[in-house]
Amino acid sequence: MTVFGVPTQALFGQLLIGLINGAFYAMLSLGLSVIFGLLNIINFAHGALYMMGAFVAYFALQWAGLGYWASLVIAPLVVGLVGLVLERTMLKRLYHLDHLYGLLLTFGVALVIQGVFRNEFGSSGLPYVIPAQLQGGYNLGFMFLPVYRAWVIVFSLLICLTTWYVIERTRLGSYLRAATENPALVQAFGINVPRMITLTYGFGVALAALAGVLAAPIYQVNPLMGADLIIVVFAVVVIGGMGSIMGSIVTGFALGVVEGFTKVFYPEASNTVIFVIMAVVLLIRPAGLFGRTA
Amino acid sequence: MSTVTAKPGAAALPAAELTASRIPAHQVVAFGIMTGLLVVAPFVIYPVFLMKALCFALFACAFNLLIGYVGLLSFGHAAFLGSAGYASAHSAKVWGFPPELAILFGTAVAAVLGIAIGAVTIRSRGIYFANITLAFAQMIFFFSLQAKFTGGEDGIQAVPRGTFLGLLDLRQMYVLYFVVLAIFLLGFLVVYRAIHSPFGQVLKAVRENEPRAVSLGYRAEHYKLIAFVLSATLSGLAGGTKAIVFQLASLTDVHWTMSGEVVLMTLLGGLGTVFGPVVGAFILIALENYLAQLGAWVTIVQGAIFIVCVLTFRRGVVGELGRLLRKPL
Repeated sequence: MTVFGVPTQALFGQLLIGLINGAFYAMLSLGLSVIFGLLNIINFAHGALYMMGAFVAYFALQWAGLGYWASLVIAPLVVGLVGLVLERTMLKRLYHLDHLYGLLLTFGVALVIQGVFRNEFGSSGLPYVIPAQLQGGYNLGFMFLPVYRAWVIVFSLLICLTTWYVIERTRLGSYLRAATENPALVQAFGINVPRMITLTYGFGVALAALAGVLAAPIYQVNPLMGADLIIVVFAVVVIGGMGSIMGSIVTGFALGVVEGFTKVFYPEASNTVIFVIMAVVLLIRPAGLFGRTA
Repeated sequence: MSTVTAKPGAAALPAAELTASRIPAHQVVAFGIMTGLLVVAPFVIYPVFLMKALCFALFACAFNLLIGYVGLLSFGHAAFLGSAGYASAHSAKVWGFPPELAILFGTAVAAVLGIAIGAVTIRSRGIYFANITLAFAQMIFFFSLQAKFTGGEDGIQAVPRGTFLGLLDLRQMYVLYFVVLAIFLLGFLVVYRAIHSPFGQVLKAVRENEPRAVSLGYRAEHYKLIAFVLSATLSGLAGGTKAIVFQLASLTDVHWTMSGEVVLMTLLGGLGTVFGPVVGAFILIALENYLAQLGAWVTIVQGAIFIVCVLTFRRGVVGELGRLLRKPL
């Protein structure tokens, strides 16, 4: 069976890869959006912290014998803690300055983290096995679906939608959104905004770490796994509209799929297609697809 | 009480002091010292190192024009450096252009690219501008990776140096050095002239309070775009020269880490200072030279400098020096 001269097998295969990539784009850009909304900082260290999440999972297995399922909890906690420390010790000092300094600081942090890990572990990947419960696959007739990949898509979608629900539909989320609009006023109502900012950064970063754990069995654990990914995610965030929660989820998955299909129909452009889309979106809607103001 | 002091957004990046048309004497002296040092330097220090530093110094000056005087942080300036490098290398090697034409061709390519990218990005500002320029640069990177003429991972190697203007044989080290020095000084003076001209004054006005500048009848976007294109063009001049000097155009120069490096050079030297980018470039290139054997330590040290600069040393080396001397350098 073929579609436009392409075997369906290849088509669905790339669709799956696209959805997987999209899941990571969505989780990372979601974290970036949450952080950007409240802190007004583009967190350049996001890719490095995603890598750190994968490494925490690796260490947990090597040193403590803690498997994948434990890592899904441990890695976000550990990296989230790192995020809290980062925010308390460094980022906090920059809020009264131009927001660009936050970008530069986190860029520096990313370089240090990536440099340290590269020094210790080189640039080649370390393998991380798929947990026993998620091995194997389903034969769907038209394609073979590995269980682990299905799990990544479903689980990340669940995490994304939960985050969306918490921010858009709960009281806690309403505080968060209010603080995004007008922190001084929210603080006047007796809400501890600085603490909320710290926890928000920790949460955004923890999302990155969770994505890192999910990625470990697929891409291996590599000190540079976040370095180039983060640039693509920046483009995703720009397309979705910075600070938009649903926007980053939808564009994350959609762009992953678009990228996957580009690999089938016009492989030469697969690396650039997201950036081309970004340019087009900017020309038509400078605030991004889901953004309100630029 | 009626003076307008409110700026849009939080405290701005360190403001470059721009005084009226007269060139202050201390800057002339500083320029004299810099030129004197650079003329003597090749007889003391390894010229290839100096030429590398000079190319990056010009690159950083071009970058500083944008961040220091327009207040726009471009995180994609590697695109201009790198693509000019490819254009110069290709035209010199494959088409047999003499070096001066090859460099000019590279510069022109960067200028055209600057117009194209600038036209799309110039309306955004702050973090958005940084993000979008970064994404465009990454587009250029992948194009360079896949296009045939760039040689992919290998880059364009063994670019002939040739004879400059048919007179100066660039295969001789000292001749090459002084040609590079002349190009650097030319670029430096263009930047200096631009920021000390009425054009520069308007840029300053736009940076400080864009709506007000607009209400006074200045077409802010035009001024910003011209500054962007000028910055891209001079980055191209640096990239083209670099390709001829090192006989190589490679992916390193288009990669986003290069965009980060030029930010670091300018930040370390002093954003919005005239001489800061030059000092920053020399310090950073020297550092890379010494740390080259230590592998990933270069990245760690660079990152640490970034963190220290942002947290405690935002004026940079030259900015602090200028403050001590109470004269803008």
